[in-house]
Amino acid sequence: MQPDMSVEIAGVLLKNPVMTASGTFGSGQEFSEFVDLNRLGAVVTKGVASVPWPGNPTPRICETPSGMLNAIGLQNPGEETFAKRDLRFLEQFDTKVVVNVCGHSTEEYVDCVRRLADEKRADLLEINISCPNVKEGGISFGTNPRAVEQITAAVKKAARQPVIMKLSPNVTDIREIAKAAEAGGADALSMINTITGMKIDVRRRTFALANRTGGLSGPAIHPVAVRMVWECAQSVKIPIIGMGGIADAEGALEMIMAGASAVSVGTANFRDQTTVIRVIDGIRAYLEENRIGSVRDLIGCVR
Amino acid sequence: MQAGQETGIRAVQKFRERAKVLQNTRIAGGIYDLRLKTEQIAAAAQPGQFVSVYSNDHSRLLPRPISICGADPKSGELRLVFRVSGRGTEEFSRLSAGDRVDLTGPLGNGFPESVLKSQSGKTVFLIGGGIGIPPMVQLARTLAAGDDEKGVPRLISVLGFRDELFLVDDLKAYSEVVIATEDGSCGTKGNVLDAIRERNLKADVICACGPTPMLRALRAYAQETGTECWLSLEEKMACGIGACLSCVCKSTDIDEHSKVRNKRVCTEGPVFNSTDIEL
Repeated sequence: MQPDMSVEIAGVLLKNPVMTASGTFGSGQEFSEFVDLNRLGAVVTKGVASVPWPGNPTPRICETPSGMLNAIGLQNPGEETFAKRDLRFLEQFDTKVVVNVCGHSTEEYVDCVRRLADEKRADLLEINISCPNVKEGGISFGTNPRAVEQITAAVKKAARQPVIMKLSPNVTDIREIAKAAEAGGADALSMINTITGMKIDVRRRTFALANRTGGLSGPAIHPVAVRMVWECAQSVKIPIIGMGGIADAEGALEMIMAGASAVSVGTANFRDQTTVIRVIDGIRAYLEENRIGSVRDLIGCVR
Repeated sequence: MQAGQETGIRAVQKFRERAKVLQNTRIAGGIYDLRLKTEQIAAAAQPGQFVSVYSNDHSRLLPRPISICGADPKSGELRLVFRVSGRGTEEFSRLSAGDRVDLTGPLGNGFPESVLKSQSGKTVFLIGGGIGIPPMVQLARTLAAGDDEKGVPRLISVLGFRDELFLVDDLKAYSEVVIATEDGSCGTKGNVLDAIRERNLKADVICACGPTPMLRALRAYAQETGTECWLSLEEKMACGIGACLSCVCKSTDIDEHSKVRNKRVCTEGPVFNSTDIEL
């Protein structure tokens, strides 16, 4: 018997629990040359704001042991182009679409969410209140519980789609932030965003990134992400989408067992464009081998 | 409308392959000549395109973009000439015959059709600085083969080296060669522009790849002399296929795809008309 791979996030049924992490997959168009997007649980698009953002100077990335640092700075073409071009492109696929939203202020987040209200191709919204690479809007919102609750409530009021708040790991106790998002009315949580880091280029004797600091991602951060997902799964009732360094089915299953209802694959897409497919096939194989009827039976099974 | 038409990007199919190493030779200090057997990439490759080369050590996540020095569509042989500049390229320098290495390619736009179909009677400068020289070999070979109707342009390779020479004989097979060395050990003492001015050379079209200061100087020279100029840029990349926006350069005008003054080196480039970008 085929195991049931479907999961539910805030009333939206995903055919499997595997999505792409925002910023690593564009809107799917470039990757669609390598990956059948119909197979994905969802495509999570790169962060979009109400107007175009130019992003940071280069170099924007560098490699680190089992990871990388990025400081793209949320370059995006603005909501209008995104809706006209990227969401239209995604209409041809049988998958869910999670639109990641960024802003510099509560007003900007709310404005962008309002513009997306009538977009039928946007199934869920993921609110990025945790980008470490922009001074305002990103991390300044995501590290203060009061601010998280307020912005969640404001976005929730304006949004027509279910709202996922994306949390920063750059805090003392992420459970406080998770509870604040839940109190503000969030339908789900995404965690974790990148961990702030720095690399020095010893040949040039300067910062490897033009932005000096960047967000660390990749397998290096996976154990931190699993720990934080597990902590929050014990603290909130809303579903969690787990991400941070997932590169194979084992990494995804760890997240699910720690309490994630779904997972996102990010940096690993850069090494192998088909990582998401390998993760989906690997989870199914695990369920078959262990005679588990539904992936839902594994969610939070490790307490 | 064909894919890519809107932005003028050549619509090419990209392939992911596990290529077999045929041969890997050190041709100068820290410079390696890697020959690979590919199934599809070599047959599809155009001059000025590049490939993403992946480490076999999974703790190194990001592919290294390396320009294509040669591609034989019949045999499937792909030639990459690269400089060891870090842990990834150091690993590639140790590859030997029979080893396997993952590739994605061909990537990027390559030199435009208008250059590849240059007429006889025209002069084309192929300017390479250091590790920017390898893509000029593939370009010279293609241009020297000529166009049935339009003939073959005059090709002058202007090569800049710190000291040790490499790929000079490869370019001599297809073009006149002018050399500049920083230490004066061969040719003009100085840079590629010094060599051009010393000989009072002139061209209708410039194609160049090399360090940013060289490209910046050539951009200014092209503007002064009113010469058509195509520059191949380098930038740190993550996905290599246009999704992550790591490898942007500044553009003169608002870009059609990004809607800001940024172009993706991996997709709109790596070859740009010098008037379209800022350096």
